[in-house]
Amino acid sequence: MASAISSSMNLKPATLTRIDELITHYPVKRSAVLMLLHAIQEDVGFISNEAIEWVAAKLELQPINVYEVVTFYPMFRQKPIGRRHIKVCRTLSCALLGGYKTCATFEQEFNTHRGEISPDGEVTIEFVECLASCGTAPVVMIDDDLHENVDGAKAKKLSDQIKAEASARR
Amino acid sequence: MIAPPKPDLVTVNIDGKEIAVPKGTNAIEAARLVGVDVPYYCYHPKLTIVGNCRMCLIEIGMPAVDPATKAPIMDPATGKQKINWIPRPQIGCATNASPGLHIRTQTPQIKDCREGVMEFLLVNHPLDCPICDQAGECKLQEQSTGYGRGYSRYIEQKNVKPKRTQLGPRVMLDDERCILCSRCIRFSKEIAKDDVLGFIDRGSYSTLTCYPGKKLENNYSLNTVDICPVGALTSTDFRFKMRVWFLKQTNSIDTESSVGANTVVWSREGQIYRITPRQNDGVNDTWMADSGRELYKQVKADTRLVSTTLDGRAAPLDAALKAAADLLAAGSVAVVGSGRSSVEEQFLTKKLAAALKAPAYLVSRVGEGDQLLISADKNPNIRGALVTGLIATLPAAKLAELAAHIDAGRIKTVVSVGEDLAVAGLTAAQLAKVAVVYLGTHANATSAAARVVIPTLTVFEKGGTFVNQQFRLQKFAKAVPGPAGATDDLAVLAKLAKVAATDLASVWTLLAAEVPALGTMSFANIPDTGLLLDATPFAGLPFVEGESLHYQPAAKVAATA
Ligand code: SF4
Ligand code: FES
Ligand code: FES
Repeated sequence: MASAISSSMNLKPATLTRIDELITHYPVKRSAVLMLLHAIQEDVGFISNEAIEWVAAKLELQPINVYEVVTFYPMFRQKPIGRRHIKVCRTLSCALLGGYKTCATFEQEFNTHRGEISPDGEVTIEFVECLASCGTAPVVMIDDDLHENVDGAKAKKLSDQIKAEASARR
Repeated sequence: MIAPPKPDLVTVNIDGKEIAVPKGTNAIEAARLVGVDVPYYCYHPKLTIVGNCRMCLIEIGMPAVDPATKAPIMDPATGKQKINWIPRPQIGCATNASPGLHIRTQTPQIKDCREGVMEFLLVNHPLDCPICDQAGECKLQEQSTGYGRGYSRYIEQKNVKPKRTQLGPRVMLDDERCILCSRCIRFSKEIAKDDVLGFIDRGSYSTLTCYPGKKLENNYSLNTVDICPVGALTSTDFRFKMRVWFLKQTNSIDTESSVGANTVVWSREGQIYRITPRQNDGVNDTWMADSGRELYKQVKADTRLVSTTLDGRAAPLDAALKAAADLLAAGSVAVVGSGRSSVEEQFLTKKLAAALKAPAYLVSRVGEGDQLLISADKNPNIRGALVTGLIATLPAAKLAELAAHIDAGRIKTVVSVGEDLAVAGLTAAQLAKVAVVYLGTHANATSAAARVVIPTLTVFEKGGTFVNQQFRLQKFAKAVPGPAGATDDLAVLAKLAKVAATDLASVWTLLAAEVPALGTMSFANIPDTGLLLDATPFAGLPFVEGESLHYQPAAKVAATA
């Protein structure tokens, strides 16, 4: 049954191998729950109910146990997001130096609202808390890359880059 | 039987009082024993301890000893051994008694702690007691009165959470009232073995929920309502029907199987509103099945028999009894007793059969057990029939022998004490061949075919005893009066059997005199938690029950011994 669900989630074979390996890191299976969720989110972008049930079956838990974990961590997403994840810091230093304006610029550029997938499918913009780069505020992370001193103009530049890459792909 | 080993006793000191308690007893229970109340929410004696409400904070200390020599350090001021108090409060639910443990529950620090915990619990509580079903039996209400600060400093907006989540067919959740004690979660996981509840979005918006697509619908779901310390979980059946303080509580027994879970019947002005479990650590702990809580509905069922009939027409009780007596006097009678009757009724049924020299039968009802509080034997009192001698072997589901007797013309009259003979295997033709005297509570094929029908009382309308699967004699009391037109089974049976005893006390005088197993007892002396009878005379019988809470089938016991 677990494998039937995994096929509908379309986990890559590499992810499946990795998951089986991850489980061996822990003395009790259930301890692997976070790592499995990370692996799945990395692969398919979000954690669906199917994924929750699959992980539960895999670790001999009940789905509610996994669901509790998923809802506790804001970094786990229960819905798909855009091709890129733009995380704008809104904690004190960044907020004082214009983080909110940076966010608004991104929203305008991609004609979208925070938490949504932009109409072109390219981005999802979100506020996050302190990215530990307060000295170069305001900061933004696009997927795994940190961008410093992102004022309105730099936000526009980053947006143009993303759009250019998108049209090149088309 | 081997006596259990004496538990290790340790002496602890609670607010200056010394008491010996079994080792490992937690501070809440130990304090209870000396009459000290330690308030709590998340702790439940039958569930694991999680320590998440912090209401049970206490101060603890241990007698001081010199680290090097282990010699007691004395306090010169008092001349007693000095106590090293831990400066920070500890939770009582997870503090287990160890030798010399000292506990303080009445210090200023503990008063502050309780006020603080109460204040936080009330921060997001909707305070909708006037419309809350739990009012009157709410721990939050009681403990804010007892231990709260008495006024609120909170002026901010309260959290808004789902007010009406249907967790399952019988349980409704108000998330705003939930104090996140997790008792319901632990019950579902540990006792009902149906792990569907959990907290999501932990933090300021922690919300109790059922896993999407699943329901809290196991047959024990209503126990979560019982143990929820606040009004977050309510019973869809009882919700908004009645204030609990108006209700009268009567001790009763769940009749749905031979487990005999102890119950309380809650009624007002002759109407029953709900049934809840009553703690009996030898039988059902603090639990009961949902199915047993609905049984009160039979009291007001449309099919309830409420008038005595003779040949299908309403008749006065005297006339019906006279007609029945005439039928019995004519001979060729068989008596069908019931595993649902009380011990007292079965005893009179036996006397009736003996007086008529009639064969006596019983009907078995075997179904599925759930290994918790419902056994495979759906008769609550088969063992009562064995103890009173109404039967000597276990009954069958069908009355094959009686059917043969009727076919052969050897039986002309059948007295049935509440058993539907059609269900018990008699054909319509066989029923038509005999005159039936039916004593029962509800209409069925047998009452329809009977010459004489005498309506009797349900378990809620009379007192008596049952003997459960453990051979535990348990009593139940009358919660509500029976409907007009129904007569106490005991009175009817006594009349037919021509016995002078028509009430419980007088039947018990006879029982004690004639049934050796009950020789030394009277109804009044049976404790509320029941009395274990000697089961050895019946040890060889092939009882149908499997293992359940606090019960091991004899074969299994023998195998493991
Ligand atoms: S619903 Fe009741 S029992 Fe369950 S966690 Fe909330 S307060 Fe506790
Ligand atoms: S406040 Fe934005 S990086 Fe620290
Ligand atoms: S009873 Fe809840 S912490 Fe002890």
